[in-house]
Amino acid sequence: MVDGCEGDRRSPRFCHIGCGEGTAEERCWGMQKSLLIDPDKCTSCLQCEMACSFEHEGSFNPARSRIKIFEFEHGKRAVPYTCTQCAEAWCVHACPVEALVRNPATGAVEVKDDVCVGCKVCTIACPFGTVNYNPDTGKVIKCDLCHGDPKCAEACPTDAIVYVDSSWTGLDRMRRWAGHVDTNQSAKA
Amino acid sequence: MNHVIVGAGPAGVIASETLASMGHGGHITVLSDEPEPPYSRMAIPYLLAEDIDEEGTCLRHSDGHYEGLGIAVKHDTVRAIDAAARSLSLASGGSLAFDRLLLATGASPIRPPIPGMDLEKVMSCWTLADARRIMEHTRPGDDVVLMGAGFIGCIILEALVARQVNLTVIEMADRMVARMMDRTGGDMIAAWCREKGVDVHVSTRVNGVSRNSDGSLALDLEGKAPLNADLVVCATGVASNTGFLEGSGIETDIGVVVDEHLETSVPGIYAAGDVAAGFDFMTGGHDVHAIQPTASEHGRIAAMNMAGNRTAYRGSLVMNTLNTLGLISTSYGLWDGVEGGDVATAVDARAYRYLRLNFRDDVLVGCLALGLTQHVGVLRGLIQTKTPLGKWKDVLMADPHQIMSAYLATAQDASRRAA
Repeated sequence: MVDGCEGDRRSPRFCHIGCGEGTAEERCWGMQKSLLIDPDKCTSCLQCEMACSFEHEGSFNPARSRIKIFEFEHGKRAVPYTCTQCAEAWCVHACPVEALVRNPATGAVEVKDDVCVGCKVCTIACPFGTVNYNPDTGKVIKCDLCHGDPKCAEACPTDAIVYVDSSWTGLDRMRRWAGHVDTNQSAKA
Repeated sequence: MNHVIVGAGPAGVIASETLASMGHGGHITVLSDEPEPPYSRMAIPYLLAEDIDEEGTCLRHSDGHYEGLGIAVKHDTVRAIDAAARSLSLASGGSLAFDRLLLATGASPIRPPIPGMDLEKVMSCWTLADARRIMEHTRPGDDVVLMGAGFIGCIILEALVARQVNLTVIEMADRMVARMMDRTGGDMIAAWCREKGVDVHVSTRVNGVSRNSDGSLALDLEGKAPLNADLVVCATGVASNTGFLEGSGIETDIGVVVDEHLETSVPGIYAAGDVAAGFDFMTGGHDVHAIQPTASEHGRIAAMNMAGNRTAYRGSLVMNTLNTLGLISTSYGLWDGVEGGDVATAVDARAYRYLRLNFRDDVLVGCLALGLTQHVGVLRGLIQTKTPLGKWKDVLMADPHQIMSAYLATAQDASRRAA
């Protein structure tokens, strides 16, 4: 068992650290590639948002990008922000019609547009706020890692977003960062 | 080991799948008292609106899903439970033995105690059978009255408008969705509906419904002119299905009372979803939330405990989101605030935008939003982690729309401290 894995004291599916333990269907990030985001390298150029929206919507429309740059402290800090494909998968569990399904090849949770009814429960269930409702289509949208070829990473000129093997140690820091919102419901009694 | 799950809604199905994934090495039986494969009541409004067909309401879509996991779905109704003998008596005759039992029997619609509620053209909208009847009896231009503008009523409202009926909404409370919206938000939703051509009457009581000679219905309204309708759809609330538990020794109040392991007062018998009065994360008390995320979490945690993996549940956070003719509303937690806490609001009535944040000290404990569709979930993140917002609370008091900045900044700070 990997140090820090919660799979030893709960079901492997609840492991938050992506150690690769668990069953094949529920294996966390260990075997896959992930987006590694380093906000310190982000210049807020928005190329990622452009590339993402073009890939998914066929037009340059940052409002429909699955990755968003947030600027704060009067522009001093910029943070690219998107789904970490978390093992807990709050969105998957909240969906009433099985429209959110994990792609075993990439580890990404993908929205099945033909199944999604647009109830938006996933958008409120995800404690990271990375599933959004698209009023134009009546469906939800989220990062799907572009089926294993994420265009945001390709477009980023400063390597603030890179697509790396999930065993990369730098991911730990980012996961802590995103995983701060560790809202795990349960703990061993 | 016989694991029996009564009810094939989200709580029951997720519990059965969790049990299957844990390799418990026994039998898993799910009992459904409806003829269809397990489906989602939440999808029914989209069926009514003809966005999806019946197949689209299924909880699971792949062929042989349940069989493949070793889950037997049986269609039968439980009449009574003999907790001591560990046996269920079934409507089809016979009995079913269990070692571990999960009650996931959900809720059923309730109607007000007024005359005429038993008329044929007064319908609930709860099951697939209900949906088929409503679809059969609604044609474009029909006069339809929707009784009840709570959460479920408002979802049905959207579907009925999509069916192009001439819709009137009658709500007894002083505002729409009174259980998830304050007066400001409820009034904005009502104004929005009226703008879209729906006749909304709040603070209005229906004294009774009667049948006119031409077969249409007449609604007697307190202090208002009577109203005629071709069809009345009743969405006046739901109650947990606990009737069959009478005499079983299983403690109930508004629902089946469960502890932090989702176990009832009878060891080995658990309850989950709309039938369970489980812990509320914010209040610490027992409540029936009747929402999908709670049903899903209950189902998972109950199953883990049934399989012998003792797991305590921290309680569920109440949350709702609603699309009322294109106006998206959301509520979380203690949306009406707490005594001595601070409230930050941003209202733009003309644009139908509203955001209300409720704090206890510098921690977000609940919120309301109208017109917010992007990154809504971070509100849950902040509430559920009880993140101290520090200086960001002042920022939010001045401008509640800075919520994403507050979230990112506090998450980054927390990670730097942990590093």
